[in-house]
Amino acid sequence: MEIFAQQIVNGLVLGSIYALVALGYTMVYGILGLINFAHGDITMIGALVSLTVIQLLAAAGVPAPVILVLAGGSAVLVCAILGLSIERIAYRPLRRAPRLAPLITAIGVSILLQYSAALIWGKQYISLPEIIEPAQFTIFGAQLTSLQAAIFLLACTIMAGLLWFIKASRMGRAMRATEQNPDVAGLMGVNTNTVIAFTFVLGSAIGAIAGLMVVLYYGLGHYFMGFMLGLKAFTAAVLGGIGNVGGAVLGGLLLGIIESLAAGYIGDLTGGVLGSNYRDIFAFLVLVLVLVLRPSGLLGQPGGERA
Amino acid sequence: MHMHTLRHITAALIAATLITACGKETPPPAPKAEAPKAPEVLTVKIGSASPLTGPQAHIGIDIRNGVQLAVEDLNAKGVEIGGKKVKLELVSEDDEANPTKATTVAQKLVDAKVAAVVGHFNSGASIPASKVYADGGVPQISPSSTNPDYTLKGFKTTFRVVAHDGQQGPTLARFAVNTLKAKNIAIIDDSTAYGQGLADNFEATAKTLGAKIIAREHTTDKDTDFKAILTRIKGKKPDLIMFGGIDPQAGPMVKQMKELGIKARFIGGDGMQTPNFIKLAGDASDGAMASIPGLPKDQMPGGKAFLEKYKAKFNQEVELFAPMGYDAVFVFVEAMKRAGSADPAKFLAEIGKTDYQGVIGPIAFDDKGDLKNGPITIYVVKGGKWEPLEIVKPDAAPAATPAASAPAAATPAPETKK
Repeated sequence: MEIFAQQIVNGLVLGSIYALVALGYTMVYGILGLINFAHGDITMIGALVSLTVIQLLAAAGVPAPVILVLAGGSAVLVCAILGLSIERIAYRPLRRAPRLAPLITAIGVSILLQYSAALIWGKQYISLPEIIEPAQFTIFGAQLTSLQAAIFLLACTIMAGLLWFIKASRMGRAMRATEQNPDVAGLMGVNTNTVIAFTFVLGSAIGAIAGLMVVLYYGLGHYFMGFMLGLKAFTAAVLGGIGNVGGAVLGGLLLGIIESLAAGYIGDLTGGVLGSNYRDIFAFLVLVLVLVLRPSGLLGQPGGERA
Repeated sequence: MHMHTLRHITAALIAATLITACGKETPPPAPKAEAPKAPEVLTVKIGSASPLTGPQAHIGIDIRNGVQLAVEDLNAKGVEIGGKKVKLELVSEDDEANPTKATTVAQKLVDAKVAAVVGHFNSGASIPASKVYADGGVPQISPSSTNPDYTLKGFKTTFRVVAHDGQQGPTLARFAVNTLKAKNIAIIDDSTAYGQGLADNFEATAKTLGAKIIAREHTTDKDTDFKAILTRIKGKKPDLIMFGGIDPQAGPMVKQMKELGIKARFIGGDGMQTPNFIKLAGDASDGAMASIPGLPKDQMPGGKAFLEKYKAKFNQEVELFAPMGYDAVFVFVEAMKRAGSADPAKFLAEIGKTDYQGVIGPIAFDDKGDLKNGPITIYVVKGGKWEPLEIVKPDAAPAATPAASAPAAATPAPETKK
């Protein structure tokens, strides 16, 4: 039971990071119908920027809370600017182009970001100096650190805040209008260019926070770290119903838990034939099943052209 | 290249001065110019191949320096082979740690008619190059390549003076079971040839020694989240976790073990015995153990004197494999002396019979060309630093506990065939 509780805790923390990254995919897809494959790498840039800031400030002896705020702030700033420029340079000129064209550009931007990061930060793993010693406590027999709890709570706060923002704010309404029909929204006085640019900025900023969390959680960064993270988050977005913000949250948490449980029990269930290295196969198997039974994802609108 | 064309067109005298002038690049100066004057002195070329440029250059230059030092020491002492005075000449090549370049360089050395080659550094370079040397009939001693496959190609010319990974796994297992008294062991590997091989070797030996393998898990060399695997392992209550892999995974793994409250000991191979592991794992690294083939450099039998001599000559510290490079040259020259010839065809058979007391300790080869009794050192992290904990000799260790010696002695044969 303890072990089961521990796996659920592991899965929830991992899943909340997936969910944050998945939000970026799903928001852009909802509005543009574009899979922004560079999003995982924007998260990577956020992670490496915050890593560098933490390294510099920790060496200068700045107190830990200040470091965290500054690291998060600079990562958000850099990623927001990056998201804005990518949209302006790589996607906007192709907005009316056939759908394959922006997809290819997205992959191009992704590779560009990876190798730019490799140039700036090098190709080796970069380690994080230990700035905070997280406290440990136990819930239902599961070990939890204060850092994990903070990651989970912050992720939940951000997700709840975003849901509220899209539902209640003026900009949120404009985003929903643009999502339903950009042309009509434009005719109604919504500046769709601003809305789309804002969506990229918001998604990238949330991705930057996710990057900071990954760095704090695992204590290391790497120029290629955005690839797998992006793939998992994309999977989570599809699982929950891509284009649906609530779906991304659900999909992320679900994927994290499925992975943890698969890694923890697949060996015992198959009598040792399949090991924990098959956990990704298990996660994608669930994805395939969901898509076969519900092609638009768990919370996606059925029959929608975008699913 | 430049020198070559000039030599054809200018007078012998100018050529001789030119060679002397260029002598700084090819360390032992002017033996070619001297050779015709004193026909009774035989010039024997010793090749050295290692990465001299690129990110691993410091290790490659270290090996080259070791070879150069041996050549100079032997020349200063005076060597006689088959009644003839011999002058050794170093031919040094850069393989850039690149397997393709390694074969090119190997062919170059064979064409230059070197009598023997010390090299290469990387297993990835040594293995393809070994075929070129075998075809050319030139004996090769690698000072550093630990991949078991290197000596498994069936070439008579292939030797190494370092313990290989197939010896490391069993040694780690003996240390874990006999010394640390581990009974319930969990094993994780990173699904690479190195990591999985090491873990397989470890598992086989640990089982024969009576330990229980309570979990065998796999991750990848890209993953950083091991919480799920470790939680599963925690449920099986291990007293030791062995990891076959390298530091980017080992670091976070140890950290996550601490976060999950796993108290088991952690042990791994040379891939995680790096300063980076300690950086990645932070405080959690304390008490982690890892092995490295060979002795700590200051504890080698001839270590102290060698380190001083090296420092005096090159004005820098020994990195890692200079002592192995140094000894390799002596192994070749001793074999030539016994055979009474510097012709590889004649002295090759003698290398296998080597029984030499080198800087790194006693050197003898088994029938595959692997170092017999290659020592392996276990290190432990203490206060943020790797410190040598214990030196284990693969064959000597089980002899200490007679009960364990029978199964342990039986294990090496299947392991090396992985």
